Amino acid sequence: MTKVTLTINGKSVSRDVEGNTLLVSLLRDDIGLTGTHVGCDTSQCGACTVHVNGESVKSCTMFAAEADGAEVTTIEGMANADGSLSVIQAAFQEHHGLQCGFCTPGMVMTAANLLKENPKPSEHEVRAYLEGNICRCTGYHNIVKAIMAASGQDVSAIAAE
Amino acid sequence: MPKDTGIGASTRRREDVRFLKGKGEYTDDISTRDLAHAAFARSTVAHGLIKSIDTAAAEAMPGVLAVFTGQDFADVGGNPAGWLINSRDGTPMKEPKRPVLAHRKVRHVGDAYAAVIAETKQQAMDAVEAIEIDIEELPAIVDVKAALSGDNFVHDEIETNQCFDWGWIEDNRQATDEAIKNAHHVTTLELVNNRLVPNAMEPRSSIGAYKESGDEYTLHTTSQNPHLTRLLISAFVMGIPENKLTVIAPDVGGGFGSKIYHYGEEALVLAAAKRTGRTVKWTADRSESFLTDAHGRDHVTKIELATDADGKFLAFRTETYANVGAYLSNFATATPTFLHGTLMAGNYTVPNVYVNVKAVFTNTAPVDAYRGAGRPEATYSLERVIDKCARELGMDPIELRRKNFVKPDMYPFTSAAGLEYDSGNYDALMDKMLEVCDRDGFEARRKVSEAKGMLRGFGVNAYIEACGIAPSNLVGQLGSRVGLYDAATVRVNATGNLAVMVGAHSHGQGHETVFPQVVGEMLGIDPSTIEIVHGDTSKIPFGMGTYGSRSLAVCGSAVVRATDKIIAKAKKIAAHMLEASDSDIELKDGNFTVSGTDKSVSFGEVALKAYIPHEFPLEDIEPGLEETAFYDPANFTYPSGAYCCEVEVDPETGKVRVDRFAAVDDFGNVMNPMIVTGQVHGGLGQGIGQALLEGCRYDEDGQLLSATYMDYTMPRADDLPFFTVDHSQGTACTHNPLGVKGCGEAGAIGSPPTIVNAVIDALQSGGKNVTHIDMPLTPHVVWSAMNNA
Repeated sequence: MTKVTLTINGKSVSRDVEGNTLLVSLLRDDIGLTGTHVGCDTSQCGACTVHVNGESVKSCTMFAAEADGAEVTTIEGMANADGSLSVIQAAFQEHHGLQCGFCTPGMVMTAANLLKENPKPSEHEVRAYLEGNICRCTGYHNIVKAIMAASGQDVSAIAAE
Repeated sequence: MPKDTGIGASTRRREDVRFLKGKGEYTDDISTRDLAHAAFARSTVAHGLIKSIDTAAAEAMPGVLAVFTGQDFADVGGNPAGWLINSRDGTPMKEPKRPVLAHRKVRHVGDAYAAVIAETKQQAMDAVEAIEIDIEELPAIVDVKAALSGDNFVHDEIETNQCFDWGWIEDNRQATDEAIKNAHHVTTLELVNNRLVPNAMEPRSSIGAYKESGDEYTLHTTSQNPHLTRLLISAFVMGIPENKLTVIAPDVGGGFGSKIYHYGEEALVLAAAKRTGRTVKWTADRSESFLTDAHGRDHVTKIELATDADGKFLAFRTETYANVGAYLSNFATATPTFLHGTLMAGNYTVPNVYVNVKAVFTNTAPVDAYRGAGRPEATYSLERVIDKCARELGMDPIELRRKNFVKPDMYPFTSAAGLEYDSGNYDALMDKMLEVCDRDGFEARRKVSEAKGMLRGFGVNAYIEACGIAPSNLVGQLGSRVGLYDAATVRVNATGNLAVMVGAHSHGQGHETVFPQVVGEMLGIDPSTIEIVHGDTSKIPFGMGTYGSRSLAVCGSAVVRATDKIIAKAKKIAAHMLEASDSDIELKDGNFTVSGTDKSVSFGEVALKAYIPHEFPLEDIEPGLEETAFYDPANFTYPSGAYCCEVEVDPETGKVRVDRFAAVDDFGNVMNPMIVTGQVHGGLGQGIGQALLEGCRYDEDGQLLSATYMDYTMPRADDLPFFTVDHSQGTACTHNPLGVKGCGEAGAIGSPPTIVNAVIDALQSGGKNVTHIDMPLTPHVVWSAMNNA
């Protein structure tokens, strides 16, 4: 067992973990932050995406021990301080960018990282950036639209209902 | 009533808030202090006799609580098929037992033959590795046609690999044969409807719990229909009385058909909970999902279309081999028959249709309904052969379809495949499609593509499907062993808020938002005061779940009926309060008013009175305000649509890019356009995935080659364009109270032939004599077709 201490959504947390414990297992099974999901076992689907020291990371590809000392943000830490939806979260609701909700945490985390790197991405740039996140419900149309809207771009010309 | 919350408003989804904040509760998110974990030992060979299983080493491993094998379930029931199909000769289908765990024989890679329960998931997985099994491997049966000769059987006790040989409609066979023999022109096409893996993003998961004090079981599971799961476990598999078993499907991360069915893992965790006295959880990893979720499609079809000299359709005749896999999943026999053969007249007035389907057992995972279920297969066969016919006759593919469309003045229209279509307007859909897709600009866009060295093609498709599954009387005559009604209870609490218990289950469809829109509008109250309760058999009267685009058309109708009963009783209470006759009471904007007067009471006052029945005329009105309705539809509903797309094909690489896609659908009346549009988007994503990317492949030994996301190509964001979706041309369903038809599957039904038709058009525009390519149209497949033409 290894003792890890990290900051998760602004709170310091310490746990003893096995050397082979994945970060996603620490978050879900030990801390109880079940908003981060596991959709595959080959690091393809992106449902487990979190931020580690400000960068989006698939938490199924990182050992918990590697996160010692890190600042981790999960979907549970993405809302505004008063509990209201953040700009990206609100755009996903406004533009119907989610259906079953399972891939959604990973999509939101990836979108946040995209907009940090590229505040006004084109449609093509959004689609390319979502390469590592699979959604089976939406056909991506409204996810791409929501992310572009969250960046402040006018998406009214993109077909809606 | 604010217009942004009632019927027809694009009300934003209330369920989104919890999902966006990571507060959804999916099955694997649930944990208990006494939790133990299950892991399964699964066959690595496709077909083999189990000579022995030694579990001693596994049982001695750290943390192991119990080990189960097929022997433990040898004396309990099997998981049944929900639909009895009779062969053309009148004999019933072959229905071999599907056990909880494989016993004596394994029949596909992934077939579970043992399970370990341990303190941790890792310990359970480690112990699975210590189980020793001696298997005598047998040759694998993979190809559906080869399976029908020889004496190597998936199920030895039935002495054949043919489940049934079905004819629809058998009495039409001779007339169809004659029409084809005497026709001016016959177009023939042999095609494969490629096998798909549903791939809901949430893997299957089940948690079993047992309470000794009441001999009561609880199952949390990833299900689209918890009541059906309870019924199957109770009546067929384990014999647990229904009133001792609660099945809860909490938030479910997509289904697309794969979570309709009862799976053996659900029975296992319940049995394990009782034996160990612990709560037992199992969650599939993605490879297990690929190996064991029910797959979709997998038809091999020959279709013929006979026409006269003017292009009038005279007959469709098909012969299909449908792979049902190693065991019959719950609706595996209905999917290639009554959800497929009955749609083989399409949108057309064709007088003769004959469909033959041979269902075949193979050493592959079970195959069952996947988004569209039979109707994508029918539409693909029809719309591909029609396109080929148009080219052979030198006719415009749109005009050929129009010439044969059922016209608006012909409803109700009985198709040559035996269904009675109630409403539609296929020409109006086609007109709208041509408008929204800018067909007039196509030639200019083609020139631009050609200037870049690319080939541009235009593809079109018209579809009809049968939804709102299903009228019990009709499906009972056709072999269904279940009724396909649905149920709802509307409970008005004393303080005026409502709980509506629905038998439909929402796993992305937005029921928590849409059902309150309907009830709120009917009662004239704020929908935010209405809560939807779904997915828990202990809270809901009954329900047949969500699939077949049925939630609104069937369960929504039950909600309307129950709300009608609430209104009728509330009027009686209001009449008593207002000292008037209940026939004089009107409900408007949430107030009950004596007609022609200003005397009124609010909905909230009536609700309170119902629970504080002082001075009630108890002989006329019972206290309380709660009503239940079961609704059984009079007919299927018949959504239809006209789809088109433009693709660019790179002749150097064979890569296909979808540049534009327009879907114009008739869903009848639309309750929430935003959600309906989203459903179409999702269906298009899956249908385009089928056409271009997705192919589930077994090798000749029955090994699944596409068992991870690195081998099975899921559509990604950069594989798809923005879609143009329109549902302005709806014609109301004539037989349900909301006039709705269902929208969940349309996109997946209409898009595959649209894409393939467009690719063929592109290749032909480049001078390539390619008339058909089997899906998925990967660059290699398209390049090969071009260079062999």
